[in-house]
Amino acid sequence: MKALTLEIITRSLGEVGSIVIYVLGATVVIEVVLYLLLTRVFRSKYAIPAMLLTPATIGLLCLIVIPIGWEVWVSFTNMSLRHFRDPEFIALGNFVRVFTDPILQQAHFFPVFLHTVLWTVINLIFHVSGGMALALLLNRKMRFKGLYRTLLVFPWAIPQVIAVLAWRNEFHFQYGFVNTVLQSVGLSPLRWMDDPVANFAAACLVNIWLGIPFMMVIILGGLQSISHEFYEAAEIDGASGWHQFRYITLPMLRPVLTPAVILGTIWTFNNFNVPFLINQRELETTDILVTALFRAAFEYNRYGFSAAFALVIFAILFVFSVAYIRVTGGLRSVYE
Amino acid sequence: MSTITKIEKRRSGLFHRGREDSPFKRLLIHVTLILACIIAVYPVLRVLSVSLRPGDRLLSTSLAIIPEDASLQAYRTILVDRDFLLWVWNSLSITLATAVIGVILAATSAYAFSRWRFPGRGAGLVFLLTTQMIPAAMLMVPLYILAARLGLINTYRGLVIAYSVTSVPFSIWILKGYYDTIPLDLEEAALIDGASRMSAFWRIILPLSTPALAIVFLFNFMQAWSDYMLARIMLQRPDLYTWPVGLENMLHSFKTEWATFTAASILVMIPVMTLFLYSSKWLISGLTLGSVKG
Repeated sequence: MKALTLEIITRSLGEVGSIVIYVLGATVVIEVVLYLLLTRVFRSKYAIPAMLLTPATIGLLCLIVIPIGWEVWVSFTNMSLRHFRDPEFIALGNFVRVFTDPILQQAHFFPVFLHTVLWTVINLIFHVSGGMALALLLNRKMRFKGLYRTLLVFPWAIPQVIAVLAWRNEFHFQYGFVNTVLQSVGLSPLRWMDDPVANFAAACLVNIWLGIPFMMVIILGGLQSISHEFYEAAEIDGASGWHQFRYITLPMLRPVLTPAVILGTIWTFNNFNVPFLINQRELETTDILVTALFRAAFEYNRYGFSAAFALVIFAILFVFSVAYIRVTGGLRSVYE
Repeated sequence: MSTITKIEKRRSGLFHRGREDSPFKRLLIHVTLILACIIAVYPVLRVLSVSLRPGDRLLSTSLAIIPEDASLQAYRTILVDRDFLLWVWNSLSITLATAVIGVILAATSAYAFSRWRFPGRGAGLVFLLTTQMIPAAMLMVPLYILAARLGLINTYRGLVIAYSVTSVPFSIWILKGYYDTIPLDLEEAALIDGASRMSAFWRIILPLSTPALAIVFLFNFMQAWSDYMLARIMLQRPDLYTWPVGLENMLHSFKTEWATFTAASILVMIPVMTLFLYSSKWLISGLTLGSVKG
């Protein structure tokens, strides 16, 4: 057992302190070099933005771009625990196998893909409509507004793993409060952990609970920026509440909603904690693409295969986002 | 200072109903919101409730929050008999360093994206969005190999850098959205008065962006504070464990410690909840994803 001694405190303080100083020092050196290069040598008018962007760009290059490049290379090889040192080039073999072989023990790619789409659609619908409903209710002068807002963001403020583990306990057949509540209103309790449909529903319930606060906060921010003059004019014209919502609120919210929906979709599609931890019995019906990816990479150690699989997941999301942006045109305000 | 309050007032002063709702409607709204609050908070209260139960009554169908025979035994176990304090300290130092570096990286880059139309800007913004699409498990193997080559396994340095860089894209999006809502006139006035671009950024933009900076700090903090996957593969010495790794290990070696685990959960919620409550006044105005011109 290691106690928290003074020695440990000073050591870790020294380590994190030195890393902050190193990073800042390296940044200053790079900035000075860049400044001299860009203003004296190239006389660029973009000297300042280039200097502002360089530190983050270097970080992203090292930690995102290079690892992805490595993944792309591995996806063309048969690397696994057995062939870790001597991977062979097998061209598109892994990509073919993602679609033809089982990606888990039995499940193939397309059924898992369908779960993932279903999972994403169900969650997004409830996140956006729940968040919108709460935001509309909160967007008025009322008593206890601050208190409600604070309590409603609770699910977001808890470390996700803890929230999910707590929920998993509540889906216990005999002792969980979900079944206790079901029984008290006269319904029969469900086998949340064993029954495929119930388990999937349990994962959805937990994730909906987790995701509504983010949407609520985003939408509330959007609502508060809509000038009330629009509503006053609409009221003079005799527009009903629904019409005001449909023709003023929704269009005015679009610049906020589009990025929120895109991010929400990506996060839900790639959500690992909820489906993985709720799925205690490893039911393949609750696995979505990213949990299947995790199992392929870390339980079966098929690195080449999982790299190809990860790139396929990435490509699906990329195509979706581009299509969504094209259709809604919603990021235009972000670019301008 | 006065400009901040003015902008804050403008943002929060716009409620879309001028007229009063009928008493019945108001009652309905309050009832709905109270129900929603109960759903939001109840599972957390259950965790609290389990942590207060004495060890022999962990499983119970009772829905009462404070058990009749409440005891603090679980808290004593986690604080005295386990290395919990050490794990929390490790997490806290990593997390704070991450948040500081993450905010600095994002605040400067976002300013470039907001105020200059440089070549590759659109592509850069799309790239930042694309990084969000990478499944987290995809980067684990390459990051581990990279860290092993650079000798960063079992150090905090690797983790701090990895955490702060991976949350940079989302932070840039939030900050850029917020900078976009600050009128250009303010900076132009300063530039005419002879201030340099950077001093205008430092003295005008940053102070005005407190809400967004607070939110970005909060997100960086939350992300590093609760990460399990990366800490698991980067930290192999038990005295370096962060709390998620330590707790997970504890659950594995002592199977029946559910009460201890819930007590630990309550304790690790405290820092994040405190930060969240403290910054909740900025949460709504600071989280500007799309630029909304008010």
